[in-house]
Amino acid sequence: MAHDHDHDHDHHHAHDHDHSELSETQLRVRALETILTEKGYVDPKALDAIVEMYETKIGPRNGAAVVAKAWTDPAFKQALLADATKAINALGHFARTGDHLIAVENTPQRHNMVVCTLCSCYPWEMLGLPPVWYKAAPYRSRAVKDPRGVLADFGVTLAKGTEIRVWDSTAETRFLVLPMRPAGTDGWSEDKLAELVTRDSMIGTGLPKNPTDMKS
Amino acid sequence: MNGVHDMGGMDGFGKVEPEANEPTFHERWEGRVMAMVRAMGANGGVNIDSQRFARESLPPEVYLASSYYQKWFLAIENQLVERKMVGADEVEAGHALHTSPPLMRGPFTLNDVMRCATRGSFAREPQGPAAFKPDDKVRAKNINPVTHTRLPRYVRGHSGVVERINGCHVFPDTNAHGKGDHPQWLYTVVFDARELWGDDADPALKVSIDAFEPYLEKL
Repeated sequence: MAHDHDHDHDHHHAHDHDHSELSETQLRVRALETILTEKGYVDPKALDAIVEMYETKIGPRNGAAVVAKAWTDPAFKQALLADATKAINALGHFARTGDHLIAVENTPQRHNMVVCTLCSCYPWEMLGLPPVWYKAAPYRSRAVKDPRGVLADFGVTLAKGTEIRVWDSTAETRFLVLPMRPAGTDGWSEDKLAELVTRDSMIGTGLPKNPTDMKS
Repeated sequence: MNGVHDMGGMDGFGKVEPEANEPTFHERWEGRVMAMVRAMGANGGVNIDSQRFARESLPPEVYLASSYYQKWFLAIENQLVERKMVGADEVEAGHALHTSPPLMRGPFTLNDVMRCATRGSFAREPQGPAAFKPDDKVRAKNINPVTHTRLPRYVRGHSGVVERINGCHVFPDTNAHGKGDHPQWLYTVVFDARELWGDDADPALKVSIDAFEPYLEKL
């Protein structure tokens, strides 16, 4: 497996751990897993299965499929905006989506962005585990005060006068941004449209890919 | 608690730096930590609110200097020791040395894995009618508990408008401390950026939080 080696290749952390500190963390994590296993609290094979599920099955492709369907099926879009959990579970995805998922629609007048200033709340079932930046101080501190500056960090500029609405996920509700369907995609299939839907476009820190950038 | 985790509106943390083609886990141990926390949560060893409080309660310098999964690890280890599910001597030894109380829902096995694919439901039966309705003007109370709360500092004392009612949910402020669900109505409350950040703020920005009823007062 690609991540079995243990050296540090996360250079973005402010925390610049050296090898001895890293191996101390590794040792402590291993020790706790050993203790929980010996006590009969957890089966390590079940832990393997959780890791594998989040590495291979639960990721932004789930959300992208939902967005692409909303772009092509007006009745589904209406159901999604009314009750996202119910609408998505009716599709029979890999796993059920948890309660209180709220889909918020971008329009030419309004751009939505999702943050969790207090921790890292994120729609896991739709987008997988959150990226490091979503959980880190720069995003959590600035998104509610200077979202246009945050968008600039992502290379995104909105049309002048576009209102921004930031959703701070402070409870057990979760938010999925429904980005605008790019122009020039008439007649595209759901599968092809889904390839335009980036993870960041569903958080609100990005926009869908440009159809002209796609390989045909 | 007014901890460093409550980051909304703080300055000085620098630019957001997205990583291209970021892997799900940067190190193998991160996946093990995530899985252990999910497993111990799913079978009743810890709950989501108590885990959040355990992370918030890390010393500020540790919180700020640790990576995300390091915080998760330190918090779950602290909590399991605090709840006497794991002994400090066992952490030291790296092995189980004595028996511990069983998990509420028994050992976490392969049969339980799919429960970790979906977030649990936090909706509960209402204990009474909702005090607020959409379009009501409300103020976020100026509260400063030293215990767990999900009312961020940057909205306290500020006025907003109820946009939607999200049902009745487990109250994190009590659940984090083993004091029960105490279900509360949950509202999306929208604030104008100038109300939060002053006259120089972006006039085309609105920010919402999801606020439990005890956080709000009617204007």
